[in-house]
Amino acid sequence: MKSRFPRSLQTVVIFLVAIGLVALALGGYFNPVTNWLTRITVNVQTWISGRYLAIVDFLTVPRDVASLRLRNAELETDVAKLQTQIIDLQQQVTETDILSALVDFARANPEYTYKAAAVIGRDPSPFLRYVIINVGSNGGVLPGMPVVTEKGLVGRVDAVIAEAARVQLVTDAASAVNVRMQTSTTEAMLVGSITGDLSLDMIPQDANVQIGDVVLTSGLGGDYPANMLVGQVVSVRKLQSELFQQAAIQPNVDFNRLQFVLIITNFKPVDIAPLIETPGP
Amino acid sequence: MRRAVLAAIPVILLAVILQTTIASRIILFSGNADLVMLVVVAWGLQERVRGVWIWGVAASLLVAVVSGVPWYIYLIGYLSAVGLARLLVSRIWQAPLLAMFSVTLMGTLELLMLVFFQRTIFEVPLAFGEMFSQIMLPTILLNLLLAVPVHALIRDLANRLYPQETTA
Repeated sequence: MKSRFPRSLQTVVIFLVAIGLVALALGGYFNPVTNWLTRITVNVQTWISGRYLAIVDFLTVPRDVASLRLRNAELETDVAKLQTQIIDLQQQVTETDILSALVDFARANPEYTYKAAAVIGRDPSPFLRYVIINVGSNGGVLPGMPVVTEKGLVGRVDAVIAEAARVQLVTDAASAVNVRMQTSTTEAMLVGSITGDLSLDMIPQDANVQIGDVVLTSGLGGDYPANMLVGQVVSVRKLQSELFQQAAIQPNVDFNRLQFVLIITNFKPVDIAPLIETPGP
Repeated sequence: MRRAVLAAIPVILLAVILQTTIASRIILFSGNADLVMLVVVAWGLQERVRGVWIWGVAASLLVAVVSGVPWYIYLIGYLSAVGLARLLVSRIWQAPLLAMFSVTLMGTLELLMLVFFQRTIFEVPLAFGEMFSQIMLPTILLNLLLAVPVHALIRDLANRLYPQETTA
């Protein structure tokens, strides 16, 4: 059967329709249609892409998890090592700071010779305020030698063995130190207690003691060198009915956190016991 | 007996080291736990062990080396605690923890009172009320808290050194 239109005419018609469609598209008449088609295409593409990536992940992630776990373990090990190093370094910095302060103190007080020691323990009995240090008679330490830090007086050596010594702190209940006020000639007795608090006793009633007064060793009695810093007055108790005033002292040294101390090795305590008269028979 | 003596040296030495370095620094008010006494008491409360008195003597002498308290105070205090432990172990053996708590309480009280009187008489007068609230009560509390773990550790040690005999 023969077509009613010649082939060339068909071609021309198709061409014209195509041009017309292009012209309509360029004129924006097909925008709603193209937008709708584009949206559908993008959605389908997104869905397929997502599924594909999920499948790829599913197939490849187990290997990655294993390698990540290994890497994580390595990094955690590194972090633990670095944290240990940080703690060590912080400890070293702290110790260096303390030792540096002790060296500064020794330089500022060149009249004495010092031996540095670390505090390695405390007395087992809660009644006693004693610490144990890691230098003993082999290091030239003898009983009675004063012990200080850069912040002030700590106590004195009570007993010594070859490689260690026991130091009685000034906060011990049986400790008594002759002291004076920095700004006046007032003298008093510094005594400890079972709770570790320091107080001044034997302050004359006519003495003018103020809160904030700095307390120094007086050197009387020969047990301690003079002018060692002890602390500050935080309260004063003055009763007319009593012979002496009393005062509470805030020590300059933190006795609960003692790490290093200096022993004054060239100070010879004076034993005045023979000079004290004992009641005769 | 030899096993008990050989075990006493390292165990008590370790207890003394831990006491001076750690336990004495953990302070409640002004009191601190007495780890060495707990070890000695716990050993004394084990039924099958031997050499409990040697443990008491060794502990008191070792503590006396590092402490400013006279040696005889620890000797009296620790040996009487051991004696109390041996007395109780045969009577309330079915409740070892109760015995541990009882001996710890009484041993701590006795030792603290001994030190209190020794210091008050020979060194410096101390206020009993302050000592009771600031030292005695906190120390008893800390000792009772540590009594259970110390008892468990010493019981394990005793079981290793003196295994329980099994009947076929």
